[in-house]
Amino acid sequence: MDFSFTRAQVLARDMARSFAQAELAPYAQQWDEQARFPAEAIAKMGPLGFMGMCIPREYGGSALDGVSYVLVIEELASVCASTAIIVSVHNSVGAYPIYLMGSDEQKTKYLPDLATGRKLGAFALTEPNVGSDPASIETSARSDGGFFILNGTKTFITSAGTSDTVIVMASTDRAQRGRGISAFIVEKSFPGITVGTHENKLGIRASDTCELIFENCRVPRANLLGPEGAGLRAALNALGFGRVGVAAQAIGVARCAMEAAVHYSRERNQFGKPIGSFQAIQWMIADMATEIEAARLLTLRAAKLKDEGRPFATEGSMAKLFASETAMRTATKAVQIHGGYGCMKDYVVERCFRDAKVIEIYEGTSEIQRLIISGSVIKK
Amino acid sequence: MAPLSIIVTVKQVPDTNEVRIDPKTNSLMREGIPSILNPEDANAVEAALRLRDEHGGSVTAITMGPPQAEAVLEEVLCLGVDRAVLLSDRAFAGSDTLLTAFTLSRAVLKMKKFDLILCGRQAIDGDTAQVGPQLAAFLGIPQVTYAEEIVFSEGLFRIQRGLEHTRELVAARPPLLVTVSASGPVPRHGSLYALAAACSGEHIKRWGARELALPPSMLGLSASPTAVKKIFEPDRSVKGEAFEGSEKEMAAQLIVRLRETGCL
Repeated sequence: MDFSFTRAQVLARDMARSFAQAELAPYAQQWDEQARFPAEAIAKMGPLGFMGMCIPREYGGSALDGVSYVLVIEELASVCASTAIIVSVHNSVGAYPIYLMGSDEQKTKYLPDLATGRKLGAFALTEPNVGSDPASIETSARSDGGFFILNGTKTFITSAGTSDTVIVMASTDRAQRGRGISAFIVEKSFPGITVGTHENKLGIRASDTCELIFENCRVPRANLLGPEGAGLRAALNALGFGRVGVAAQAIGVARCAMEAAVHYSRERNQFGKPIGSFQAIQWMIADMATEIEAARLLTLRAAKLKDEGRPFATEGSMAKLFASETAMRTATKAVQIHGGYGCMKDYVVERCFRDAKVIEIYEGTSEIQRLIISGSVIKK
Repeated sequence: MAPLSIIVTVKQVPDTNEVRIDPKTNSLMREGIPSILNPEDANAVEAALRLRDEHGGSVTAITMGPPQAEAVLEEVLCLGVDRAVLLSDRAFAGSDTLLTAFTLSRAVLKMKKFDLILCGRQAIDGDTAQVGPQLAAFLGIPQVTYAEEIVFSEGLFRIQRGLEHTRELVAARPPLLVTVSASGPVPRHGSLYALAAACSGEHIKRWGARELALPPSMLGLSASPTAVKKIFEPDRSVKGEAFEGSEKEMAAQLIVRLRETGCL
């Protein structure tokens, strides 16, 4: 078993690290405070290949392997978790499903713009009444000649306001429940789409999260992604890969919190010596380091399985579950180590703490991950 | 105007922000220290890429070091350099700046025509700033050091040099060598698009003593006139001195001390 990275993987990680230091680090705190979308950084990432990491060259992508993708997302998240999720969502569920499920025409039409970052992608499954149980979605798509007419409301959609295309899940046959759900490539310029409330969130504040409202939105039949009724499977496949990216994001947040805690424990003196010399602090840091390493191995393993073309849904769920909970535990301890200062916005651990909580919830809550994992374990 | 043929020299160095000196042996503790592209070489690469992007032509990066120095070549290929050459041979080990510059000069001559050689002003491990100027001397071409900005027009390079308190504008005809300082153009970000090609090995040539036809008398440690006698951390402690009395008395004492120490 080989745990070493290829040169290309190391270089991808290093490039993401230096980009994040130069282009994200100076602004991340401000973006969080002002809940401001990092448009300038995202614009710079397109030409560098960050927006088409999972898309082949022929469609304008930079065609990285899954392991490199995970390393890149971790680096971005270790500086700005919001930027990391914008990039991760765009790559994994905004663009990749079109490559996976799309017709040649759809790939040619949409992928080059998405993969080069000229356009931003989003993914709309969650609804006000439907989260963890996607088979019950209420948004409907009625066939009407050469069009489908979409009606309904999607909520908590990452990049809903800033995106150009959205992959929308809608029911084409309510009686069939899960098997009646279809996926559509919806351009935001199609008539009948309104961007609703911009959510004022606890964490991941610089990512633009809003409602999308469809009122008799006419989507050409040519924009049906995959066969009619195959949308839920497409959604679950996309989310399976999305989760690996979110696991990497969680590791980045955990690492950021731990690095800050280590730094602080060296500088802060109490009882005449650095608090890092006390076992209470040392043990917390030992746990952080161990859990982060374990989370990273789980995540890399899921990515590696994907690269080998093997199933990775269970491993992806394990990675997402363990990494997001590691991020929460690590951030909680990091705030504790900082004491009162940890509650102040001047210290990055405060932001890590809020970001980590969101990561435990989106892209499938911890509870849903356990459902997926137990289902797979018990089935065997 | 014909396209520009540019060579840029780069060096892999230990990240000196992380390096400590072993107080017992007075040697650099390099173990576990990450290797990076020398920062001012990154400025030189950026200067080269901008000239190429504006005038066409090509940029060839060249480095001399152990086989793992190939990593910096992959890195600059990701920045947009067209091709790279690794000068690596056991026989090169222990080369001082003179031998390094000589070996580089043989590689440059093997590469036929060039208009401009760009080097970082100095490397953060040795801090000598000697290799660039020595390379120019071996090649018998003009050199301009401490460049901050390089413009090419009507067959002439116009170079702004950053000196301690002044800026100097120099015009020079190719071929020439320019060393670029940290005030030079800010390096661009590497591109993930370039990654696969950079790591494929297709764009990197590897040359040793044989390919450069170097005689044994001009190789490595034994041919290097420089010997490191001692590495030590200088004593940076500064003693302050306070005078007492009236302003006039204190001024008088100060003048006495300044005379004693040879400052006046």
